[in-house]
Amino acid sequence: MVRDLVKTYPAARGRRGTPGTPEVRATDGISLDVERGEIFGLLGPNGAGKSTLVRQLTGLMRPDSGGVEVLGHDLVRHPERAARLIGYLGQESTALDELTVALAAETTGRLRGLGAREARAERDAVLGELGLTELAGRPLRKLSGGQRRLACVAAALVGERPLLVLDEPTTGMDPVARRAVWAAVDRRRAERGATVLVVTHNVIEAETVLDRVAVLDRGRVIACDTPAGLKEEVAGEVRVELVWRERAPLDVPEVAALRESAQASGRRWVLRLAPDEARAAVAAVTGGAAFAALDDFTLATPSLEDVYLALGGRTEGLVKA
Amino acid sequence: MSVVPAEAATGRRTADGRAAGPADAAPLAPRARLLPALGAVYRAQLSRARVARIPLLFVATFQSVGIMVLMRGVVDGGDEARAVVAGSSVLVVAFVALNLLAQYFGQLRASGGLDHYATLPVPPAAVVLGAAGAYASFTVPGTVVTAVAGSVLFQLPLTHLWVLAAVIPLAGAALAGLGAALGLLAPRQELATLLGQLGMSAALLLGVLPADRLPGPITYARDLLPSTYGVEALARTFDARPDWGGVAVDLTVCAAVGVVSLTVATWAYRRAAVR
Repeated sequence: MVRDLVKTYPAARGRRGTPGTPEVRATDGISLDVERGEIFGLLGPNGAGKSTLVRQLTGLMRPDSGGVEVLGHDLVRHPERAARLIGYLGQESTALDELTVALAAETTGRLRGLGAREARAERDAVLGELGLTELAGRPLRKLSGGQRRLACVAAALVGERPLLVLDEPTTGMDPVARRAVWAAVDRRRAERGATVLVVTHNVIEAETVLDRVAVLDRGRVIACDTPAGLKEEVAGEVRVELVWRERAPLDVPEVAALRESAQASGRRWVLRLAPDEARAAVAAVTGGAAFAALDDFTLATPSLEDVYLALGGRTEGLVKA
Repeated sequence: MSVVPAEAATGRRTADGRAAGPADAAPLAPRARLLPALGAVYRAQLSRARVARIPLLFVATFQSVGIMVLMRGVVDGGDEARAVVAGSSVLVVAFVALNLLAQYFGQLRASGGLDHYATLPVPPAAVVLGAAGAYASFTVPGTVVTAVAGSVLFQLPLTHLWVLAAVIPLAGAALAGLGAALGLLAPRQELATLLGQLGMSAALLLGVLPADRLPGPITYARDLLPSTYGVEALARTFDARPDWGGVAVDLTVCAAVGVVSLTVATWAYRRAAVR
């Protein structure tokens, strides 16, 4: 395995936000190394700088400073090479919305440099792979959000590229479609050695499909490791979730004591506790007066969301589904 | 500001021990060539007509036919009738190629849809020319219907209407180029829509109303509008013995404006695609 995908943003970079708002540092000195054949994730809430980073990587936006090197090519100096190395799935589908699924995939293949016959063959193969053959003749805008997203994934996969950059590929998809997408992505990695960079704010997906993940917050990388490695940082902890019927019974002293360390959002409390503390907390809320006010509770080993919180990130915007 | 060093960012860096040099750069996939890419964009854009554009094409045609019916009470044959029929026919081209294309590119740019093309190895000219060509093609049925209906309505000869085969592509190139450039240069989507609408209104007023009824300064504006030359070329051919030299000059102006505006649009696309 050759390690030759380097993306380095050593110095400070910033880009102006829309006029009237102060300057925003969307990516603030990000350095990352991704290995060939890896499925690498960028995880973080909305506004963390994931999409900006991806736009700089794909040549859509010039970084103010810093370098981007993909498979031995300097993409800051030669941004036009990005399109010949990277298969990109953006968040927007407006360019394809009024095309049929088949034509969207075929046209994208043609514009990726395939001949007419190759483009049609790849179109059929990818539509079959993603289970879209039945929808081939339907225009994208007539499809549901998840199906439309799937059609965009199909367009992104037509025409082989050694690096796939997928910006929230599975948004709105049902589990069957998600599985099809990850199977297709994994096949490209396994059979053709493709490297995959996935932007997501879905922690569950990040844990199951990614080899390594970089956690972004406010334009910075706050951690980068395998999902398991990241979770080790909070391995000594247990996650306790309490859902109250109406409101927390703060008149119960044990509950009032927990209030301090809980992250409350409405009726839901999330606590990260040492195992014996967790046992004591569960005992307290499942007995006596507190139990009457309790709607539901769960005990779990920590997820990437807990890692994210432990690292000091903001939790809003992370999806668990 | 915190910078995560590369060593901290990857646990496997030393596991394989090899750092990549420029020597093992991956091969680049081929670029899409201009003509195949143009063909693919053209075909895709044309297919959009089925989904999204047919109602608008009807509107464009009805508008022009309606204007001719209205003007029948105002003009009394001769030169003025020719101007009305020619102006209404070219108005269809202005409506679709200028107005709708400006709106389309404005919307594509505002919504980030240009990213799709910008991340494919496709020549900018292929995207602009493919879309402009498709929009010019959308105008064919409406323009032909309007020209024939107008000729019948005002009892003009149909003999030389074949000249539409030159007028539509050349006026189409000029107006679609203008529409694409406006749509891609407008800083906001609403502005692109506004400019497209204004361009079409100008083509309507300055093209359909007979020139000698316009006040002096307005006739200069009329001379500046590329659609005027398409209108004049078509109007000349309603004569029993058309001035073919004049037609050729008018169409040459259209072609020149088309080349310039499409070049500007291609430049504007390049500029809009990478921000």
